[in-house]
Amino acid sequence: MPAAANGDSASPREEEVIRTQGLTKVFPGGVKAVDHLDLSLQRGEIFGLLGPNGAGKTTTVGMLTSMVVPTEGEASVGGVDVIAHPARAKQGIGVVPQTNTLDRSLSVSENLYFHGRFFGMSAREAKSEAARLLEQFWLADRASAAVLELSGGMAQRLMVARAVMHKPAILFLDEPTAGLDPQSRIALWDILHELHADGQTILLTTHYMEEADQLCNRVAVMDHGRILALDTPGALKRSVGADTIVTVSADGRLDELAQLLEARVPGVTHAKRVDSTVQLGVKGSHGVLPAVVTAAEQGGFTVTDLSLAEPTLETVFINLTGKELRD
Amino acid sequence: MATVTTSPGAETDRLATAHRSTTTASWTAYRALLLRDLTVLRKTLNEFLPRTLLQPFLLVFVFTFVFPKIGQGVGGAGNGGPAASAFATLLVAGVVGVTILFQGIQSVALPMVQEFGYTKEIEDRVLAPLPVSMVALAKVTSGAIQGLIAALIVFPIAAVVPANPVHLHVNWPVLLTLAPLACVTASALGLTFGTRFEPRTVPLMFGVVVIPLTFLGCVYYSWTALGPIKVGGFSWLKALVLINPLVYMCEGFRAALTTAPHMSLAVVYLVLAGFAALFLYLGINGFKKRVLS
Repeated sequence: MPAAANGDSASPREEEVIRTQGLTKVFPGGVKAVDHLDLSLQRGEIFGLLGPNGAGKTTTVGMLTSMVVPTEGEASVGGVDVIAHPARAKQGIGVVPQTNTLDRSLSVSENLYFHGRFFGMSAREAKSEAARLLEQFWLADRASAAVLELSGGMAQRLMVARAVMHKPAILFLDEPTAGLDPQSRIALWDILHELHADGQTILLTTHYMEEADQLCNRVAVMDHGRILALDTPGALKRSVGADTIVTVSADGRLDELAQLLEARVPGVTHAKRVDSTVQLGVKGSHGVLPAVVTAAEQGGFTVTDLSLAEPTLETVFINLTGKELRD
Repeated sequence: MATVTTSPGAETDRLATAHRSTTTASWTAYRALLLRDLTVLRKTLNEFLPRTLLQPFLLVFVFTFVFPKIGQGVGGAGNGGPAASAFATLLVAGVVGVTILFQGIQSVALPMVQEFGYTKEIEDRVLAPLPVSMVALAKVTSGAIQGLIAALIVFPIAAVVPANPVHLHVNWPVLLTLAPLACVTASALGLTFGTRFEPRTVPLMFGVVVIPLTFLGCVYYSWTALGPIKVGGFSWLKALVLINPLVYMCEGFRAALTTAPHMSLAVVYLVLAGFAALFLYLGINGFKKRVLS
């Protein structure tokens, strides 16, 4: 397994914060949400679980945070067996769930205060820590507001503040930016970068490839409860084998066009029909567009649109599954 | 964004948290959960007081003030006199019992139905470092405390509002042991309901469960007085109501507060303890089932 791309990677004894072996969840009714998952997270890294809805990301987080009982397999978090000792494991876990689970009966600062008390802080400690976090997460002027008055972005920041308040060994974020406006999303990314710089180990799930690419030291591409590939975003993109992705829109039988282009265009690493386009992976983009057009026209196809792009994690996903990331 | 302050002790803090004993951490979290519920209670006193006081007040007002004044008898009472006085005395215990039962529904079952059904707010409390069963237990405890407070503030109403004098005779040892037991039973019943009903079925909970519990709970009459209701020599109603936990609460309070005839105290304690254990078992299991998947 490649070393995490962070400051700790050089240390000879990396501390394993999460370890799972054969972790499996079959829900009543027979749906296998997670299928023999083997995972290892090192201290200090931001790790991404990338996959479409229904890939098993949330169930994985559920099992690691003791909310979902695994059908089989092992999982330890912060060095504690989370299945055998959930109460103990929870001491080292911080969670930002998908939905707003802020306590509506309490004010903004009380949400933090009581969370601190749950985790054993004294009244004074919880109060001062709540004040410090509100300042850090730009919520100080909302301290006494009701949580229902917060915007989506503010509620999200408060949930992150709450989750890190007890200084967990690992912070879980489940689809943290789903439904946030772009500004709030970037603000949250900044926050996560800062927390990471402070040494916080983070596991996040996402179906936004930019998010995984931007934030994560390592990314596991997940589908149907399995990990299809796991590496740094850069290595994953390189694994595609191409440095340019050409997307061709054309009329006619696209499967045939894909075969034709793969045979005729120089430097093609792979060609695939993806929905109503053909995607080509190409090594060396020089002169590739004329070559594509010529080959297509000689084969009797009319090209209606052409575009060039660098490989993304989406390309990786398409390569692995033959489908796009966003449903 | 503002800079994250890296306190030099951050790493040691992290380790210290991880090494707190699970038992210590669990009880600390349990106490904090209670503190959270009592803080919410303090903040919502303006809701707690009317919801707690109005029903018992109306009950006592109509049955023991209005009825005697307009000459309409209840409980064998004619126009005032010792019979009306005896009825008002009888009702004190019933009012305290029904208040505690309702508190279990209102402070435990209803919020829980909402939290499980819509808001999932309970999730952060479930992620606190204690076993899930203790989160449920904390809910029962805070519900029981609210039941005690409710009983305490309702009691004077039942004693003062009636038009005819109420003759109380307090048996303190019984009162001080029975009240907590009744409150825990009601609160655990609330937990059981809260984990089994959905927002959609709350009207059903009231219509089909809570109302029959109240009317057949020996609130307005004493259990011992049900003997004459017979079919072929069998006091069927007297037997039927025995499945109702409220019967034992009201009869227990009757023993604790009055000299009126009542069910044997040994039976009251034994069955109430049994109900408390049953509801705790069902409630905690239901809670676990709702929280964990």
